[in-house]
Amino acid sequence: MIQELADRAVVGGVADEPDRPVVVFDHVSLAFDDKVILKDVSFTLLSGRTKIILGASGAGKSITLKILLGLLKPDSGAVWVNGQRTDELAEEDMMEVRANLGMVFQEGALFDSLTVRENVGYRLYEETDMPLDDVDRRVEEVLGFVGLAEFAERMPSALSGGQRRRVAIARAMAAKPQILLYDEATTGLDPMTAMTVDDEIIKLRDIEEVSSILVTHQLRDAFYIATHAAVRQGNGDVRIVPADREKERESEFLMLRDGLIIFEGDAETLRRSKDEYLKTFLS
Amino acid sequence: MIALIEDWLKRASLDVQEYVRLLGATARGMVTQPIYRHDIIEQFDAIGVASLTVVLLTGFFTGAVLALQSGLTLDQFGARPVVGRLVSASMIKELGPVLTGLMLSGRVGSGIAAELGSMVVTDQISALRALGTDPIRKLVVPRVLAGVLMAPVLTVVSDFVGIVGGWIVARYQLQVATGLYWSSIWQALYMQDIWMGLIKPFVLGFVIVTIACHVGLRTTGGTQGVGKSTTEAVVAGSVGVIAVDFFVTRVLISLMY
Repeated sequence: MIQELADRAVVGGVADEPDRPVVVFDHVSLAFDDKVILKDVSFTLLSGRTKIILGASGAGKSITLKILLGLLKPDSGAVWVNGQRTDELAEEDMMEVRANLGMVFQEGALFDSLTVRENVGYRLYEETDMPLDDVDRRVEEVLGFVGLAEFAERMPSALSGGQRRRVAIARAMAAKPQILLYDEATTGLDPMTAMTVDDEIIKLRDIEEVSSILVTHQLRDAFYIATHAAVRQGNGDVRIVPADREKERESEFLMLRDGLIIFEGDAETLRRSKDEYLKTFLS
Repeated sequence: MIALIEDWLKRASLDVQEYVRLLGATARGMVTQPIYRHDIIEQFDAIGVASLTVVLLTGFFTGAVLALQSGLTLDQFGARPVVGRLVSASMIKELGPVLTGLMLSGRVGSGIAAELGSMVVTDQISALRALGTDPIRKLVVPRVLAGVLMAPVLTVVSDFVGIVGGWIVARYQLQVATGLYWSSIWQALYMQDIWMGLIKPFVLGFVIVTIACHVGLRTTGGTQGVGKSTTEAVVAGSVGVIAVDFFVTRVLISLMY
C-alpha cells in the first residue's frame, strides 16, 4: 500500500494534484544505542492535507520531522518526499529536496545576528539568484501575511515569543514550499498568542494550499487547527471559521507512543476512541 | 576500569574521526561552490581587525619585559648593548607566534565555540540545513580562512610592537643607544628566523580555529554545554598552540638550519 502511494507520488508528479501523496514514511525505524525512538512507523501525507502528530515528550515526534527533513537518517525503512526517496540521499542532494520543505522549529530557531527581514528572506537572499527587489517584495508579502510587516528591521531578540514563532513561519513559507513542518510551534506560548499562530497555520493550509505536518502535545491547538478553516471573504479579508465535517476529515491525527503509532484517524474518531491511553492523554 | 578506558578510547577515536571529517569537508568547501564571500570578509574583520588591540598590548608588554629581564642578565656579561638582538630573536622566532596564538585561542577560539555552540543548542544549525545551507561552508570555511590568513598578519604586528616595546625599555631604562639597539637587531636577523616566524602562525591559526569549530559544532546539553565547549576550545586550542609550535619548530629547524 505504502509502496503504491510512493509510486503514485512519482508518477503523479504534479505539485497541485489533489490527494497526491507528498510524504510517505514506509516502515521507518530508528534507535540511538539501545533506546528505540521510532519502530516501524508508516504514514502518508496527501497534498493539501494536514497530519497532526501527537504524543508525550520523548515519543519520537520531533525525530520524525528531522528524518523527513533529512537531518537524521533512519536505521531502516524508506522515506519519500514529493516522489523522491530521501533516506538514501547524500547531504548535497538533500538540499534540492529541502527547497520544497519549510520547517518551523521549536522556539523559532531564528538567526540571532540577522534582522527579521534577513531571517525571513534568508533562503532567497543566500541560496537563490532571485533579484534583491523581488526578494524584498516577497519578504514584505510574507511578513504582511503573518501580520509583522512593521517589524522587518528589528532583531529577533527584540520580539516576543509569539512574534518569533510567526517570523519563523514567515521564514519557512518565504520560498513557497509545498510542505510545511511545524515542530511544537505553539509550545510555551500563552493561549491568545498560540491561537494567532494556529490561525497562521490554518491560513497557510487553506489559503496557500500548503500540505503540513504538525508536531505538538498541545491538544487545544491541535483540535483547533483540525476543526477550523480559513475562508477568504468578498473584501479579500481572511476569516477563521469552524470547519464542516468534510473539511475536518482533511486533518488527520497520528498518535505516537514509545516510537509506535497507536492511533491514526480524524478528530472525531480520536475523540470517540475507547483506548485507555488515548483517553488519559486527551483528558 | 578496563571498561572505562575502553569507553574513553572509543570516544577519543570518534572525536578524532569527526575532526578529520570536518577538515575534509572544510577543504572541499574552500575549493567548490557555493562560497559565501560576505561571511569571509566579515570573519576577516571579526578575527583579524578585532583582535588587533589584544595582540598589540600583549606584544608590546612582552617585548618590554623581555628587554627588562634580559638587560639584568646581559649586564653580568657586559653584553647590555646586544639586548635588541635577544628581544628581536625571541619575539620573531618564538614569542610573537606563540603569544599571538594563545591570545587568539582565548579571544577567537572561545568566541567561535560559544557562537557555534549556541547555534547548535538553539537549532539554528538545523535551521540552516533546513534552509538549504551547508553549515560547514557558511560558518566553518570563512572562519578557517580568516584564522589561517590573519594569524600571520597579527604575528608580524605583535613582533614589531614587541621590538618597539623592547626599544623603549632599552633606551630609557637600560640607557642603550637607539642606533645600537636597532643595528644589533639588523645584524642578528637571519632569513631563516623570519621564515620560521611567518610559517608558524599559519599552522597555529589553522589549529586554533578548526579546534574551536569542531568543539562548537558538537556541543550538547543546552547553555551549560555551551559553557563547557567554550572552556574546552580555549584549553584544547592553547595546549594545541604550544604542542604544535614544538613540532613545527622541530621540523623547520631540520629543514632550514
